[in-house]
Amino acid sequence: MDYILSVVTLAAINMVAVLGLAVFTGFTGLFSFGHAAFVGVGAYASAILTYYYYVPFFAALAAGSVAAALVSLVIGIPTLRAKLRSDYFAIAILGFGEALRVILENLDITNGARGLPGIDQFTTLPIVLACLAFSVWITRNFLRSRYGAACIAIREDPVAAEMAGIDLFRTRLLSLVLSAFLCGLSGGLLAHFLSFIQPVMFTLVQSTQLLAAVIAGGMGSVTGPLIASFLFIVLPEALRVANMWRLVAYGLMLVLIMIYRPQGIMGYQELPDLFRRKVSAK
Amino acid sequence: MTGLLEIESLTKDFGGIRAVDSLTFRVREGGITGIIGPNGAGKTTVFNLITGVYRPTTGDIRLEGVSAVGKRPDRIVALGIARTFQNIRLFNRQTCIENVMTPLLQRAECPLFSALLRMPRARSVERETREKAMRLLAAMGIEAYADARASTLPYGLQRKLEIARALAAEPKLLLLDEPAAGMNPEETRSLADLIVRVHDEFGVSILLIEHHMDLVMNICSSVVVMNFGALLAQGRPDEIRTDERVIRAYLGKKKRERTAAEGEESHAGACR
Ligand SMILES: Nc1ncnc2c1ncn2[C@@H]1O[C@H](COP(=O)(O)OP(=O)(O)O)[C@@H](O)[C@H]1O
Ligand SMILES: [Mg+2]
Repeated sequence: MDYILSVVTLAAINMVAVLGLAVFTGFTGLFSFGHAAFVGVGAYASAILTYYYYVPFFAALAAGSVAAALVSLVIGIPTLRAKLRSDYFAIAILGFGEALRVILENLDITNGARGLPGIDQFTTLPIVLACLAFSVWITRNFLRSRYGAACIAIREDPVAAEMAGIDLFRTRLLSLVLSAFLCGLSGGLLAHFLSFIQPVMFTLVQSTQLLAAVIAGGMGSVTGPLIASFLFIVLPEALRVANMWRLVAYGLMLVLIMIYRPQGIMGYQELPDLFRRKVSAK
Repeated sequence: MTGLLEIESLTKDFGGIRAVDSLTFRVREGGITGIIGPNGAGKTTVFNLITGVYRPTTGDIRLEGVSAVGKRPDRIVALGIARTFQNIRLFNRQTCIENVMTPLLQRAECPLFSALLRMPRARSVERETREKAMRLLAAMGIEAYADARASTLPYGLQRKLEIARALAAEPKLLLLDEPAAGMNPEETRSLADLIVRVHDEFGVSILLIEHHMDLVMNICSSVVVMNFGALLAQGRPDEIRTDERVIRAYLGKKKRERTAAEGEESHAGACR
């Protein structure tokens, strides 16, 4: 029972980060192989606050999210200015992920590569579910607003978007900040669930897994990536696959999704849309 | 008296190609002005310069006396210019109503905080915007397609949707780049009526590029003729029709140009 609980909790924590990347990649059309770094910033910032400074858990969670958002500004401001080149950002975030690992491995306060053990286990499943619900709600509101409409317009056609009165730079930056904020929140929850964090937990491998969940879940969808993220964590556990076969199971799932749903599980639609279509088709 | 739009000694070089060559003309407030000229004359480039997609090599562009040169496209939209594209550029995976709501939402005041928490302000903005967008779709006669994805619309209706989206930016000056391209004579006539109605009902001045000579001659109060990036003539349609240089450069070989114009259609992405 404890085991199932902890798998579900881990999946829900991961869903918060995937949701963040869905805003940036699925809705704004920008790719990132480095969002795990924002998860790392949130994890370390919040853990350091509760571990060394006895800051209350929720304040630390918020601070970790804000820290990730601020760091994303530092990367986004110089790289998202180029109108029709999104590769500047992709390269910068890749470099940042590596730089962050090196920094974390060499600071005293992070306890270096050995990692930070003994973080208080404040994270419970109800807290995670509440955070996930809050994140989904905020994201839905964002996407329905002028800001979300601007993100989607940019993904569809940046030139036409500008002609709709949209500031490309500010909109992309806002999308990045929101996505980093959610990744930071996920990191804070993760640190206080595992009670142990290490720099290698926030590298290219994890970033790629986040991106794979967004793409397999479907571009332009909130529910799709959430489902994919859940499946990616829970299925290998449920099948009780031996550790060495985890990656194989994971790869197999990706391949199957890409064969049967090349648009992703929910490409450009949401779970409720499926039912609505069924009803109206009658 | 200053015009609504003043183009002065406008020049644009692409590497060795001079796409626009010391072009000067004015668009008066309240009229429908046509731009005609052979393919490659630089007409679309003029639109791209006016809307800030490209920066002029030299020259000035003023809207109501305010220079638009060097401004970002979205700032130019805020000055009161909106456009459509020669090769339709819709937000394809958005529904029709979302396409029109997007520019409307950008003009509505709604702080981020209020949007994220979906406070009453955000709800009322969304409701009002939806109603406004619906009225715009109705004005174009495509309200039945409100919830259809833009990409699923037939070609002619996509052009109308693009005009609706441009109007949603609430422009003083509307730029239409070959709105009748690819349409048959009947569709072209109904589009001409639509453009006149848009002009009257929305009180918007219109500058349009067109290859269909009848459309230009029938609905434009003034015509600008371009050739090799330069101004060949500007005047009333009846003056243009009888202008010696225009006949030699353009009208005389109208037939050939038309065929060429249709050929141009197939070059996807030719218009930026
Ligand atoms: N982005 C660009 N780069 C290089 N050449 C361009 C570009 N845009 C337009 N041109 C050139 O400028 C000239 C005018 O093109 P355009 O304005 O599209 O003509 P029109 O709309 O009158 O048919 C053409 O020779 C075209 O090849
Ligand atoms: Mg053209």
